[in-house]
Amino acid sequence: MGLLEAIILSVLAASTPLLIAATGELVTERAGVLNLGVEGMMIVGAACGFGGAWLTGSTIIGALCGIVAGTLLSLIFAMMTLGLAVNQVATGLALTILGIGLSGLIGAGFVGEKITPAPHLYIPGLTDIPLVGRILFGEDAFVYFSLALVIGVWLFLYRTRTGLVLRAVGDNHVSAHALGYPVLRIRMFAVMFGGACAGLAGAYLPLAYTPFFIPGMTAGRGWIALALVVFSSWRPARLVVGAYLFGAVTILQLHAQGAGLGIPSQFMSALPYLATVIVLVLISRARTGGSTAPAALGTVFVPDR
Amino acid sequence: MLDPTPNGQRLGETPLLQTVGLTKRYGDFLANENIDIDIWPRQIHALLGENGAGKSTLVKTIYGLIQPSDGEMRWQGEKMVLSGPSEARARGIGMVFQHFSLFDNLTVAENVALGLDGKESFKDMSARLQQVSNAYGLPLDPRREVWQLSVGERQRIEIVRALMQNPKFLILDEPTAVLTPQEADQLFVVLDRLKAEGRAILYISHKLEEVKRLCDMATILRGGKKISTCNPQLETAASLARMMVGADIKEVRAAAGRQTTVPRLVVNDLSLEPDDPHGVRLEHISLELKGGEILGIAGVAGNGQDELFAALSGERLAQDPGTVVIDGHAAGHLSITQRRKLGAAFVPEERLGHGTAPRMKLSENALLTGHAASGMVRHGFVNTAATLSTVDRATEAFDVRKAKRDPEAASLSGGNLQKFIVGREILRSPAVLVVSQPTWGVDAGAAAVIRQALLDLAAGGAAVLVTSQDLDELAEITDRIAVMFHGRLSEPMVTADATREKLGLLMGGSSLAQKEAAHAASA
Amino acid sequence: MQLVLEKRAERSNTIALVSPLIAIGLTIVTMSILFAILGKNPISALGVYFIDPLTDSYSLQEIAVKATPLVMIAIGLSLCYLANVWNIGAEGQFLVGAVAGSWLAVKTQGTDAGPWVMPAMLLLGAAGGALYALIPALCKVRFGASEILVSLMLVYVADLFLDYLVRGPWRDPAGFNFPTTAEFDPVATVPVLIEGGRLHLGAVITLLVVAAATVLLGRTIKGFEIRVVGAAPRAARFGGFNSNQLILLTFAISGALAGLAGIIEVAGPVGHLQPGISPGYGFTAIIVAFLGRLNPIGILIAGLFLALTFIGGEQAQIAMKIPLDVTKVFQGILLFYVLACDSLILYRFRLIFPSRKVSRGAA
Repeated sequence: MGLLEAIILSVLAASTPLLIAATGELVTERAGVLNLGVEGMMIVGAACGFGGAWLTGSTIIGALCGIVAGTLLSLIFAMMTLGLAVNQVATGLALTILGIGLSGLIGAGFVGEKITPAPHLYIPGLTDIPLVGRILFGEDAFVYFSLALVIGVWLFLYRTRTGLVLRAVGDNHVSAHALGYPVLRIRMFAVMFGGACAGLAGAYLPLAYTPFFIPGMTAGRGWIALALVVFSSWRPARLVVGAYLFGAVTILQLHAQGAGLGIPSQFMSALPYLATVIVLVLISRARTGGSTAPAALGTVFVPDR
Repeated sequence: MLDPTPNGQRLGETPLLQTVGLTKRYGDFLANENIDIDIWPRQIHALLGENGAGKSTLVKTIYGLIQPSDGEMRWQGEKMVLSGPSEARARGIGMVFQHFSLFDNLTVAENVALGLDGKESFKDMSARLQQVSNAYGLPLDPRREVWQLSVGERQRIEIVRALMQNPKFLILDEPTAVLTPQEADQLFVVLDRLKAEGRAILYISHKLEEVKRLCDMATILRGGKKISTCNPQLETAASLARMMVGADIKEVRAAAGRQTTVPRLVVNDLSLEPDDPHGVRLEHISLELKGGEILGIAGVAGNGQDELFAALSGERLAQDPGTVVIDGHAAGHLSITQRRKLGAAFVPEERLGHGTAPRMKLSENALLTGHAASGMVRHGFVNTAATLSTVDRATEAFDVRKAKRDPEAASLSGGNLQKFIVGREILRSPAVLVVSQPTWGVDAGAAAVIRQALLDLAAGGAAVLVTSQDLDELAEITDRIAVMFHGRLSEPMVTADATREKLGLLMGGSSLAQKEAAHAASA
Repeated sequence: MQLVLEKRAERSNTIALVSPLIAIGLTIVTMSILFAILGKNPISALGVYFIDPLTDSYSLQEIAVKATPLVMIAIGLSLCYLANVWNIGAEGQFLVGAVAGSWLAVKTQGTDAGPWVMPAMLLLGAAGGALYALIPALCKVRFGASEILVSLMLVYVADLFLDYLVRGPWRDPAGFNFPTTAEFDPVATVPVLIEGGRLHLGAVITLLVVAAATVLLGRTIKGFEIRVVGAAPRAARFGGFNSNQLILLTFAISGALAGLAGIIEVAGPVGHLQPGISPGYGFTAIIVAFLGRLNPIGILIAGLFLALTFIGGEQAQIAMKIPLDVTKVFQGILLFYVLACDSLILYRFRLIFPSRKVSRGAA
């Protein structure tokens, strides 16, 4: 396997959790809700995902556990911000703190255990094609699913009526309510979808990326996913670009460290985070009338009856 | 009490919609009390009342947005309970809101789709949208995004959206509030046509001349109760107003022979780019306001009044200091605090959120504008006694009704809060007062107090600039009137010479010269 | 029948006073359930967490020592949050302050420098934290970039920078290759208040900060500006308050306080610079700020309470083998309950019964 092939494969793997988590958060934010708890939901998803796979030996069960964990946590968020009209920023932070603590508790028993990593696709003939074979036909299910997810979300938002209603709710919840749409219910489902995605993305890490569990293994990916949503201007197509770009930066800096360039490893490790800051600044500067955030993002909605 | 059966209906026929004893309670507050109203087809039925009389609540109940606390509705003779607007629409009830339920960042077609029930495909709907909008003389391009459209065009979306459901009964909530007189005429043509097609129309308004011109029946609400149902063709504007307003309102009295002194507010060729894409550019605005004088600015909302207010107040700074001159000092580059120090005072259109911080106490809101020049701050420390004293003085001088000495701003009613806001500025004895929509959404009693306060302030030598959408109000208190249109200000004319027709033309963008030329050509 | 939320006409003062107590009560109930699930006796666990640390003077001092950085950071955060800007990077500003102050300590190591060193270190720490906090603030003000994400990313950067310094250029040559600087000289250390105890000058500084914040927010025009900018930005503009300036100011103060807490922690209880000098103070301070309702006195009480749980958590780990993560879970749950109960200050619940009353005949 050549170096280029190896790099591309690792970029795909590194980008996948970002893509899944960011897609979920994109839907949530399109509905007008800002959920900063992505890191917390992801890390709980990692712990539960590993636990599920370790206890049953099945990657699919593990993935489902991750999804359920993320969804349950997101429900707490939904109850607070939608049911009690609590400030979304504070609640999201609380969710992250709680999630980190919970994952430590749940995952304590799993440290040092190993599971079989998620199986990769193998089609005789196709997968053996040099260079592109493994990239296109030799990946694990998560990678293919992440791309299907993004396409599905795009179709949902722009080609279905429910997707249109969701976009409307995120644009102007007052108008949506006046027209009789159940704003809070739509937002709740959007939040739950985001939680499910975050949980799945977190589960990917111990199930496929590194087949063991370490406390804190998400290492800030949830926050990067949030930044990616901003970078994508809330559009699924751009999200794919952003996620893969980011994965590329992460992988390339690892290789650069190994290449012995004489730059301290900590500086290289800091590159993805610095890159995020730079991207955020550039994107915010370039904003024009067309690609702004969903107008109702982060605002509180209490319907009058 | 049965409503008088309108002309042309056979006796014994049931009304299309009937409300019987309809009541809506919010805690202790009765928004609607025991309302009986009959709507017949082939009729334009007016619903008259002041701000806060309960018109919106009644209409939202009919449309299924609100559940009544008591009473019932009957549709074509049978009892009707609505679970929501979609059920109302299914029955054939359509509504055009006063505040549009539109989505700025979505297209016209998407907006219309959201108001319909999604049974037809998007493509079919778009085609039908173009067909209906053209048929009624309300053309729309389905692909444009709403934030690019003017107010009149946005209303078209609302109307076409309602029409596409072929309603038997159409409700319009203050539709001409945001239209020029000419655009209103076009709307009336559409309504007459709808009436001829056999539909029923409920027309909410507080504009008496309009109701007299357009409507066959009128129901008047006051304080949540129905006062009467009558034929507006047989009433005078005065009698309708009396039913609407009830108690005698103190007549506003202008001080006789107000002398004007030196120019206190001068604007020289002010041009300003808007700071957001939906804003209006100001173009070469000039005006001169002397002490003792009240200048009114008329115009439909969205023609630059907000931008002008921001430029005058200092919330937006001008390039050239000389564009705004307060009492002889060049102020175009000065902040709002510095302008207040020069003796200027400002009352913005939005009470809650702009004029005051809603969840803060009145004394803190007094500090909000008073910290600059009213002795409330010394060496960086706040003098709470001084802020409370301002609240007390404003309460007394302007009759502000409140539950305790220093409540939160949001807990006051619209009229009382507005009296406080105007009062706190007037108590600073300003040299110049710029006020925007002084009595919008305010009950008649408070409106009278406020208008009198403005007149008294001018009588004392101050220069007062009033922007208002209410031509009657401007006629009452101003000495001169100018009109804003698309960011330009017309040449001010003496109020006594400003007929509604002239103002209407200017508000719609034609200049008087054009009209004169047209006249000459046809002579 | 439906339960519906509606806005109150005016904020409820009774709920405002009572809500933190309700929140703590609910948290204790939830934690008892959690302890039971973990197989530990809830009563004894609660006792070890909350009562035992109050019973001996060593623990009491530890509580004060732990509360010092929490309260100092939280005061700074409260200024930002009142202005509705979200400084999530206090942890990073803490670390950068520690680094900035330690630079002087490392530079003057072994030289016979005078007593000016420690005060200078504190100043450097505050300045370092302030400058680091100005990065996200400027990104927000000049470019409109999210201060939440930028300040948070910079936490990871600061952490890696510190790691680099103590493993590289600042590593103690005589330290057996451990990633740490040499012990600071006595002039570069924050003095203790009582001989032999742990309580140090930082506690006094923190109390002064609390007092200063109380005066600032309650009585000065600047404090008023901060509150209005957060509560009603358009009204603040109308009042002539410059929100950009206030964003920069609150971030700078907040960064300075976090940085000051950082250098005090390093030059005081710890005595040298090493990775992991902060067990997440910057994040816990966020909880302290909310639990204290963004009010300086409230923050002081909340900081002491949370410090109590840290100490209790450590003791519970030793005495009852309860994992340390439980403390984090407790803090997260507490924050949730505080936020939920606080919502009742502005809103109330109402039961709606379906109105299907019998119609009355026409009058």
